[in-house]
Amino acid sequence: MTTGAVGQAYPRLEGREKVTGAARYAVEYPVDGVTYGWAVPAAVVRGRITRVDAAPALALPGVLSVVHHGNAPRLAPGPEPDLWLLQEPAVHYRGQLIAVVVATSLEAAREGARLVRIDYDAGPHSTVLTADHPGLYRPDQVNPSYPTDTAEGDFDAGYAAAPVRMDATYRTPAYHNNPMEPHATTAQWRDGRLLVHDSNQGAAPVQATLAELFELPRESVRVITKHVGGGFGGKGYAKAAVVLAALAARQVDRPVRLALTRQQVFGPVGYRTPTIQRVRLAADTDGRLTAICHDAISQTSTLREFAEQTAVYTRSMYAAPHRRTTHRLVRLDVPTPFWMRAPGECPGAYALESAMDELATVVGIDPVELRIRNDPAVDPELGRPFTSRNLVACLRDGARRFGWAERDPTPRARRDGRWLVGTGVAGASYPARSRAAAATATARRDGGFLVRIDATDIGTGARTALWQVAADALGVPPERVEVQIGDSDLPPAGVAGGSMGTASWSWAVIRACEALRAKLRDTPGGGPSDGEVTAEVSTADEVRDQPALPRYAYGAHFAEVRVDADTGEVRVNRLLGVFAAGRVVNPTTARSQLIGGMTMGLSMALHEEGVLDERYGDWVNHDLATYHITGCADVERIEAHWLDERDGELNPAGVKGIGEIGIVGTAAAITNAVHHATGVRIRDLPVRLDKLIGLSGLA
Amino acid sequence: MRPFRYHRPAGVAEAVAVLAAEPQAAYLAGGTNLVDLMKLGVQRPDLLVDVTRLPLDAVEELPGGGLRIGATVRNSDLAAHPVVRRDYPVLARALLAAASGQLRNLATTGGNLLQRTRCVYFQDTGKACNKREPGSGCAARHGQNRDLAVLDWSDLCVATHPSDLAVALAALDAVVEVHEPDGPRDVPLAALHRSPGEHPERETTLARGALITAVRLPHLPAARRSAYLKVRDRASFAFAVGSVAAVLDLDGDVVRDVRLAYGAVAHRPWRAYRAEEELRGRPFSPQLAARAADAELAEARPLRHNGFKLPLTRAITVRALTELAEGTPAP
Amino acid sequence: MRGGPESETTTDERHSSQVAFDVNDARRELTLDNRTTLLDALRERLGLTGAKKGCDHGQCGSCTVLLDGSRVKSCLVFAVTLDGRSVVTVEGLAGPDELSPLQAAFVAHDAFQCGYCTPGQLCSARGMLDEVTRGWPSAVTDDLTTPAELTDAEIRERMAGNLCRCAAYPHIVAAIRETATAR
Repeated sequence: MTTGAVGQAYPRLEGREKVTGAARYAVEYPVDGVTYGWAVPAAVVRGRITRVDAAPALALPGVLSVVHHGNAPRLAPGPEPDLWLLQEPAVHYRGQLIAVVVATSLEAAREGARLVRIDYDAGPHSTVLTADHPGLYRPDQVNPSYPTDTAEGDFDAGYAAAPVRMDATYRTPAYHNNPMEPHATTAQWRDGRLLVHDSNQGAAPVQATLAELFELPRESVRVITKHVGGGFGGKGYAKAAVVLAALAARQVDRPVRLALTRQQVFGPVGYRTPTIQRVRLAADTDGRLTAICHDAISQTSTLREFAEQTAVYTRSMYAAPHRRTTHRLVRLDVPTPFWMRAPGECPGAYALESAMDELATVVGIDPVELRIRNDPAVDPELGRPFTSRNLVACLRDGARRFGWAERDPTPRARRDGRWLVGTGVAGASYPARSRAAAATATARRDGGFLVRIDATDIGTGARTALWQVAADALGVPPERVEVQIGDSDLPPAGVAGGSMGTASWSWAVIRACEALRAKLRDTPGGGPSDGEVTAEVSTADEVRDQPALPRYAYGAHFAEVRVDADTGEVRVNRLLGVFAAGRVVNPTTARSQLIGGMTMGLSMALHEEGVLDERYGDWVNHDLATYHITGCADVERIEAHWLDERDGELNPAGVKGIGEIGIVGTAAAITNAVHHATGVRIRDLPVRLDKLIGLSGLA
Repeated sequence: MRPFRYHRPAGVAEAVAVLAAEPQAAYLAGGTNLVDLMKLGVQRPDLLVDVTRLPLDAVEELPGGGLRIGATVRNSDLAAHPVVRRDYPVLARALLAAASGQLRNLATTGGNLLQRTRCVYFQDTGKACNKREPGSGCAARHGQNRDLAVLDWSDLCVATHPSDLAVALAALDAVVEVHEPDGPRDVPLAALHRSPGEHPERETTLARGALITAVRLPHLPAARRSAYLKVRDRASFAFAVGSVAAVLDLDGDVVRDVRLAYGAVAHRPWRAYRAEEELRGRPFSPQLAARAADAELAEARPLRHNGFKLPLTRAITVRALTELAEGTPAP
Repeated sequence: MRGGPESETTTDERHSSQVAFDVNDARRELTLDNRTTLLDALRERLGLTGAKKGCDHGQCGSCTVLLDGSRVKSCLVFAVTLDGRSVVTVEGLAGPDELSPLQAAFVAHDAFQCGYCTPGQLCSARGMLDEVTRGWPSAVTDDLTTPAELTDAEIRERMAGNLCRCAAYPHIVAAIRETATAR
């Protein structure tokens, strides 16, 4: 793959469909006799349903059924208690989806959902994460399977003995993924087989979950996921919508469209846990770290344990002889937290990269230089060299592009009219992993090729990237290649998540194409003379046998902010990221992924916050008018660059994944810039004007 | 959403008569707030009287100065009107600072004045709210109240009025023309909205069935030097966490006349009479403006999460007036 | 309030209406539940699923269409109010054979990722450019009395009503700028 399609800036293949409205999402397929499901949320935090009175709803014209625990089709108890829906009277959190009204119109379904009367026995609840919560415990591992705690050397002694110390606690609130398309499903039962068009990040895992819940052979469930309106982790596995739609469709024996409302995606489908993180750093007077400790606290639900791997980032980012990381968890009467873009790394990097900035101020060393001085030669955990680690190159390149050398480190030294201006930097890393996948490659009689794999394009550009990879692997122009994805009938591949999609899927695609070429070489005439020729592969063995090496993507984030000296309003003038993420398959879609991640980081730094009302046990700002995400007017100048990185220890395409690295260091770069602009260090996100108001003394 | 009947009246009198006869009816204008609240179950009318096709969509210059704005003039059309842009910049700025382009294309002048609070407890039928359900309690009083009132609230309600337009109209001494079952009458904008008091469910002083038909702006040459300053939590559309509408008339450096109104601080658009009094007749300075704001806010009672609104309102008062005094109002 | 008494007073006849309006230049006549929004009428009755439901409360912009030439959020418009009016959706933006310049610019600039907000962005941009042509100011226009120049800051402000969680914002701005310049 020296020249060819990989590395070229092709426009995304489904672009035309998306700009004409022709691209169909989960509840947009024409279906005869379709009905509409509307989910009903629980109105208490913790308790038990004592009575469901469906009569007022059923009396409405058009309402076909009210499905609830008393009458719903039975599900097999599975490993996902969150999905064991409408099976029991217990309520585990406010907003839990406890019934579905099915009607012949959306209007009737909505009104029906309002008229279902549900009585409860409610008990006391606990919904607020605190650092001293009596329920704190040590989970057995953290997401997905990292050790809970790690230690090397003697942190306490190392910390006590150091000439320079920094000890700070950082807090992040609950974040809600909020893809523009809510979780949505069209479910149809035909002759005992279940067909769903669903909005998710991986059809095969959803298929497996549905098969398990409904006790069907996998081949009796088909999941189609051609276009997905975003996921950001929140559609990583089967969620409530698909299970409720399938239950409802079975109950009424008609196809059901069910989309969660925007309000209903604040909770029942997961969110990023709030965190409380204490970071302690010790260094010598040259800024060389001697001790690092990162203690992270987060929450899970009473239904299932999800332990955000918040401090894992700190295990390999910077080195010190004495290190410790811990995770503690508390089970609250809340929905189960789940993946949101860079789970662990994102909140963890906010804390550690803020702490590094604080340390830089304490020791009087430039924060770029401080990071360069502490760049480890080998992975502190594994003791092995990184397959490639270009954090320093990212920092240097970013500093050059950003004009960092001109910076006066003095806080609150730059002013532009009413605005205080400052700049900040942060590092970033994200693991470069791969997982097994299968694919087929077919040579058609007309000279074209077909590649089939159950990959999912949630907007990442995966469809286009795999097409480019396949063309090069086949040694043909991409115009001769067709790629089919997004259907559980295709060869199975894992979810679009963990920045593993392109790495894993391209691996299988390349191997399938190689196998096809080998087959064709053995074919008289070198082509499909009589019918098609197909090669099918799985990378399971190869991926399993990969040596355990430290593989990471890196990035350096730079931010310039301005803060209104009177009102405290914060705006981001400029964001610049430089990334080292292996080979970039498509610069166009890669840039979109990276600036998308960076913008979500901006959103985290300045805008997003799930505001919990302890008495009601839910987030009061559960819509897009009150849960603010970054809008068009908030993004001024934003740039993503990358280094030309070649790493032979990754996967055949040499890619590291770019879906998450963009968010990792952004919030810290912005808050560090806010400190530089104002002299105020904000350790609880988001940075909002009420935390900065009155710097000028005017207010 | 409750099933509803739909009626398109032929004229204002018919509209008012229908509404007066139907206790569960509501007017439908731009719908940007009502449709939203109907979906939430907060409002459940059984009849919608669509007033958008009534002949109330004209903006007329009045003889002797001033402007008469029909109640169904869309926010975007009003903001773009050349006379508004030239003579009442505070009004154009307030409209442009509100919502999104798509909403401004729907929202009407009359409807904007009657929009309901964005208090999150009011909008959630699962939570206590005296405004939505009298007697159920006010969850916001001791709940999450960062966005709520600092002035003139009662223990029954701490909601704020969300309109930007109404704040500008309060500063301009606008008059609201309404048609009530008893006939037409004029209501000064400052007297349109009520304090929450014992009856937060009663938001205006209008009779049941009243239809706003127009808003009249007085001839006010000083308004050519006017500004609307809105602070929000992001640059993209959001409701105000603080706003000020200001008209400043200087004689040399002495304040000959001034009009000030605040948004996001109370249950109604807040005309800052005390601050005006403090300013009038004195040589303008930023310090004077700060003192004036302090005088206005002296009786403020911040809630647990919104104490910042006092320094914020003070800061934007100073900025708005100072920029007007210097002749450099910035958007 | 709860169901019983209310539903007794209801009849299908009184709660639904016949409506005729143009969609993408074709007259459509429908009998609709009065509660049906324009968005749901397009998606569930007319098979035009281009306009998207992102929030259903006018807060995200994914449902933006053109109503008598003005961009509006179709989730906040009851279809029953539309008798005789004219709607253009994303399906009506392209010519019979080729994309409109705006659509082509969105593809060329990668002005979307997941594509869910895209139909709304396109209709909004189309309406917004017409507003600029009419000389409408925005919140960031310095001088209200002269027509605004379409700077990037103007585009950002005017497009702020369309949320994009993938955050293709700078590419959306670039695509619109290019289209506006070519006009």
